[in-house]
Amino acid sequence: MRVEELFEQALKGDTLSISRLISYIEYPSREGTWLLSRLLKRAGKAHVIGITGSPGSGKSTLISRLIEAYRKRGERVAVVAVDPSSPFTQGALMGDRIRMQKFATDPGVFIRSFATRGERGGISTAALLTVEAFDGLGYNRILLETVGVGQVDVDIMHAAHTILVLTAPGTGDEIQALKAGLMEIGDIYVVNKADRPGATETLKQLEFAIEGGIFKSRSGWKPVALKVSAALGEGVDELVKVIDEHIDYITKNSIAWQRVEERRIHALKSMVLWLIEARLEDLLKKPENSKLIEGIVKGDIPVYTAAVKLLEMI
Amino acid sequence: MDRSSDILEQRVLPPIKRRIKVLVAKLGLDGHDRGAKVVARALRDAGMEVVYTGIRQTPEQVVNAALQEDVDVVGISILSGAHMALVPRVLELLREKGLDDVAVVVGGIIPGDDIPKLKAMGVKEVFIPGTPLNAIVDFIRRNVAAKRGDQSEG
Repeated sequence: MRVEELFEQALKGDTLSISRLISYIEYPSREGTWLLSRLLKRAGKAHVIGITGSPGSGKSTLISRLIEAYRKRGERVAVVAVDPSSPFTQGALMGDRIRMQKFATDPGVFIRSFATRGERGGISTAALLTVEAFDGLGYNRILLETVGVGQVDVDIMHAAHTILVLTAPGTGDEIQALKAGLMEIGDIYVVNKADRPGATETLKQLEFAIEGGIFKSRSGWKPVALKVSAALGEGVDELVKVIDEHIDYITKNSIAWQRVEERRIHALKSMVLWLIEARLEDLLKKPENSKLIEGIVKGDIPVYTAAVKLLEMI
Repeated sequence: MDRSSDILEQRVLPPIKRRIKVLVAKLGLDGHDRGAKVVARALRDAGMEVVYTGIRQTPEQVVNAALQEDVDVVGISILSGAHMALVPRVLELLREKGLDDVAVVVGGIIPGDDIPKLKAMGVKEVFIPGTPLNAIVDFIRRNVAAKRGDQSEG
């Protein structure tokens, strides 16, 4: 199929065409560049929810509940789920779909999994470009799931309108809630698995961290903390209500479009970094640089000096 | 396509190879997924990108997941004995959705008599218990390489 025709079919909602379109975009290609240039002009209307939290905090299960809620409203929902690639083999095992498979046959839901392919920060360039694609194709609700993150994997803050940070009971004391990084980026903090002991305590620790903050959030919105049991479906209605309130807030304060701008700048930066890294790996293997590498390993050349030299070659 | 896309060719980009993408699914009502997980992990270790759907999947769920994920290969694990009913349905749905180019492989407890029948229907290979993991990896690599004209990695 010609790429122009593929684009037309994807706009009409043909699943195979959408799927092949994303495949063109997720690796650099002429077709992907052409498609993106068309899609970007149409994008910017969707509401993107970022869902982040440590491994096993229940992100996929919560997403399944959110899909349910938005489908009841008749919205088209796209899910972009990111899982880690192996630093050894570059392979990946992506299991986010497991919790969402009941929507596999729903034509109003499109779920796509991505491996990080060596990128850090919790999301990937390919995932960001796919968000643009879904947005351009008219999906009004996009759920972007990060890998199971650590305290500094905060790139989702540049990619989503509304950020949900998930925690679970028993994952640390009040100091953990006060630490910089992940615990600063949430618009909404979700204590998931609230059916387990210790949930109320964890909620109180989060509320303390929010109340005491001078820095409210990136948009001035005062973060909200609440308890949810995604597995049992408890607290989901309230969460959806708070998400709606956050959308109202960013819309009224003209922040919604700023988020799209930020997402695009971030996509640009992460792609440049990715290209630089690939180029750097190349340079390190080149025979003409072997003396430089030898000097570094033996300690004869300071790292700063070698770094500046390599940077000039990039 | 217009010429603005040529920037990718003007600049020397590092060679980027498409990773082999495989969907591993447990078809039917049995919940024994140890084998599926072992295979999924072996494919991961071989550098492939593996999407695992979990247990108790219908043919419709498996095919729709393959469709949305745009995979090269669908690996079906089935131990319940319902393969002669469910696998043909998967093949039929794949064709219906335009995914004729997706290779289907089956693993599990499949009686010897059924293997040629499944292959005649369009299953590329059947892996019975005791198959070395390397044999599965090699088969998938060869199959995808042939389809793509040998540009894949992993």
